[in-house]
Amino acid sequence: MNKIKLTLAATGLNNTDNPGPGIPVIRGIRESNAFDLRVIGLAYETLEPGIYMEDMVDKVYIIPYPSEGTEALIQRIEAINSIEKIDVLIPNFDAELFTFMKAEEKLVAMGIRTFLPTIEQFEERHKSNLPDFGKKYNIKVPESKPILNHSDIKSIKDDFEYPVMVKGKFYDAWVAYNEEQVRIYFNKISAKWGLPVIIQEFVKGTEVNVIALGDGKGNTIGAVPMRKQYITDKGKAWGGITLDAPEMLELTDHIIKSTQWKGGMELELIRTSKNELFVIEINPRIPAWVYLAVGAGQNLPEALVKLALGQKVEPYSKYDIGKMFVRYSWDMIVDLKKFEQISTEGEI
Amino acid sequence: MKVKKNIAISESGFVFDPSSGESYSLNPIGTEILEYLKKNMSFEEISPLILEKYDVDQITFERYYFDFVNSLQQFNLISNEQ
Repeated sequence: MNKIKLTLAATGLNNTDNPGPGIPVIRGIRESNAFDLRVIGLAYETLEPGIYMEDMVDKVYIIPYPSEGTEALIQRIEAINSIEKIDVLIPNFDAELFTFMKAEEKLVAMGIRTFLPTIEQFEERHKSNLPDFGKKYNIKVPESKPILNHSDIKSIKDDFEYPVMVKGKFYDAWVAYNEEQVRIYFNKISAKWGLPVIIQEFVKGTEVNVIALGDGKGNTIGAVPMRKQYITDKGKAWGGITLDAPEMLELTDHIIKSTQWKGGMELELIRTSKNELFVIEINPRIPAWVYLAVGAGQNLPEALVKLALGQKVEPYSKYDIGKMFVRYSWDMIVDLKKFEQISTEGEI
Repeated sequence: MKVKKNIAISESGFVFDPSSGESYSLNPIGTEILEYLKKNMSFEEISPLILEKYDVDQITFERYYFDFVNSLQQFNLISNEQ
C-alpha cells in the first residue's frame, strides 16, 4: 500500500495529571499504516511532557496562547508552516478551538487542513447554551444557567435545588451544597477560565462517556462508549473500560445526525438509576482517553486525518467491549540542553 | 428471575457487566449458583443440587441464597422478569 506523505501538527502535548489529547492522538496516527508521517508538536509551555517524547514528535515549536490574540497565533503558525509545510493540524484544547475555527480560511490558504466543528456547532453546544440545545434536538440535559457576578448567586435557590454543579466555560466542575460553596467555586473558576460560570442542575447517577467522530454530513464515523473506573482528584479518567451500550451509541448518532457534527467529540453523560441518559457536556474535540478507542479497534485520530485530507472514510461498525485503559506516570530524563533550547529558541 | 443476557461469567468467578463496566468476584459456590440462574433454573431446582453437594442444611442455604440473589439484584445483574 502506498503511504501518504503527511506532516501533522498537533497541540495538547501536556501529558500531565490533567492530560491533553495531543500525545494519544499522535500515538493513534503513528500506528496507522496509511501515512509516511512527520509530527510537529505545538506547545504552549516549555515543560509539556510531550515536547520531550522523541518517539512521538519529530519537532516541537512553542506557540503563543490564544489569549494573546488570533493574529499572534496565526502569524506563528505561518512562520512554522513556512519551514514545515504542515498538511493537517489537530488542535486539542477547548480554549484554542475557536481561534483555529475562525482562522480556517487563512489556514487553508497556507495549505493546512483541519477537521473542526463549524462555529455554529461549537457555539450551540456550549455549557451555557445546553438547555436550548436539549430543546432543539430533543435531548435530555440538566437545567443550567450562566452567572456573571456574585449578585446572581443569591437567586440560584429560586431556580435550582442544592446541590448544584458549578462549572467553568471550558474546564472545571465542582459540586456545591450551598451558596457559600458556590461563591468559593465561582471565584476559583472565574479567575482561571473567565466568565460566565455555569450553574447546572445536579443529576444523580453514573457518569459515562462517548468518544465519537462525525463526518460533517450527519454520519458517525466511529463511536466508543466508556465508563471511568479510576478518577483523579482533578476529575480526570486514570482508568476506564469500554461498554456494551447501544442506547449511548443511539444518542450519539442522533446528536451527530441532527447537528451534522464535523470532527471529534466527547459526550459526557449521566445514566440515572432509571437508565435515562442526560447529556451534561459536549466537548468539541477528541478527549485525552482516545487511545482506548484505538485499542478497542477504532483508530479515530487516523480517520479524522483522512477526513481532513478529503478522503472517503468507511464508518467503524464495531469495537471491543470490556477493553480497559490504565494510565500511568513515567519519569523521562531530559538533558538541560533541550530545555534550554526550547526555552530560548522556542523550538527543538 | 433472569440473569441479564450479556453478563459474562468466567470459570474463575470473575463476573463482568458490559453495560455498566462493573466487575465482581464470586467464590466457587456463588459462581455455580449464578451459572444455574443463567440457565433459568429456579430456587426449587437449584436447592437440591447444592444440598447434595455441600455440607449445608436447607434453612441455612435458603437464607444465604436469597441474600445472594438480593445482592445480584442490587447490582443489576439479574431482574425479576420471568
